[in-house]
Amino acid sequence: MAATRPKHLVLILAREFAANLATPTAITDERGCLVYFNEAAEEVFGKAYSELGEIPYDEWTSRFAPRDVESDEPLPLDRRPTGIALRERRSTHEQVRVTSLDGVVREIAVTAFPLFAHTDDLVGTVTIFWRA
Amino acid sequence: MRIRIWGCRGSLPTPGASTVRYGGNTSCVEVGLADGSLLVLDAGTGIRCLGDELAERGVREIQLLLTHLHLDHLEGLRFFAPLWNPEVSIDIWGPPSPTSSLRDRIARSFSPPLFPLDLKDVPARVAFHDVPREPWTLGPFSLSAALVAHPGPTVGFRVEAGGTTFAYLPDHEPALCGRIGEAPLDWLSGGAVASGADLLLHDAQYFEDEYRSRIGWGHSSVADAVAYSDAVGARRLLLFHHEPLHADASLDLLEDRARELAGSNGRGPTLAREGMVVELQPG
Repeated sequence: MAATRPKHLVLILAREFAANLATPTAITDERGCLVYFNEAAEEVFGKAYSELGEIPYDEWTSRFAPRDVESDEPLPLDRRPTGIALRERRSTHEQVRVTSLDGVVREIAVTAFPLFAHTDDLVGTVTIFWRA
Repeated sequence: MRIRIWGCRGSLPTPGASTVRYGGNTSCVEVGLADGSLLVLDAGTGIRCLGDELAERGVREIQLLLTHLHLDHLEGLRFFAPLWNPEVSIDIWGPPSPTSSLRDRIARSFSPPLFPLDLKDVPARVAFHDVPREPWTLGPFSLSAALVAHPGPTVGFRVEAGGTTFAYLPDHEPALCGRIGEAPLDWLSGGAVASGADLLLHDAQYFEDEYRSRIGWGHSSVADAVAYSDAVGARRLLLFHHEPLHADASLDLLEDRARELAGSNGRGPTLAREGMVVELQPG
């Protein structure tokens, strides 16, 4: 995989943490770019991270076609949990309907929270996918 | 660029007959150039002797870069002669914290019951700076810093001058971030500061069997230090932060082990010794 820009220590540690979790977990940088998801999240993404590499925020979140559970309307970028964590710098938890890359429609719960480094700088997010 | 080791012991000063060859003073390294420009890296007990020499040389402006504020990197500052000279200016750079300024954190060690005098009583002109997020320059030195894997806010430094590069990661446990050598360089703790350095000074506190019961303490095994040097493509490796329990004879074995691990890859790793001088030449 081609080298990209150096990752902040907090992202490196978050990745190592996620790599050891059995819960599907994805890591983004401070721009929302997907920089890692763990083996458990391969079911959600439909592929291994090594096959995909880094993906910009709008692109990776759109891959799931996330929709409101009640209305089935598409969720705008700024209502997607990772987007809330990035823009509002707070944790969030949402039920969403997604279509995984394997074509299966699923209702999942998504928890996203921002990662702040020692200077209170936003350096990325963690997004966790729960079976609803 | 000239690197001089004033203290290379980790954790605790370790004076005595069994440590005279490698030295017992804690972390302090001087980086100098032919024109007299200098940086001081860390303020362990090694800085006391350096301070005496800087006073003799008549140095009046000092840049002191602290990787972190654990005592073995700070405890010598109170006995740094230039600090007690009103004609001296000292700029102290260190890792940022969200809760208190660098000055306030350092001031704790200058207050009762730890010390009889207060930081505000220090006669030298002292300025405190968080290390910048972006590369910066101090005179002829180009510098960059990055947070690295060690408990509490800790940075590693990259120093470039005169066509040479020195990477300083005295307290570092990159193995905590995954198996070294498997992840790409951009996912390696401190990779940006250590990449391609002419000289990498790196933590190698433990033999491999010791490390197994000290994972998470913030320090590296000799095997991880050698693997890290390989991963970042350093031209030369200087092993540092010697375990206080290791007498000279143990450290000889650690150096042998480092060379065995490195095999025929480039110049063999060397253990830092108090008083050692390493000259870096461009090319």
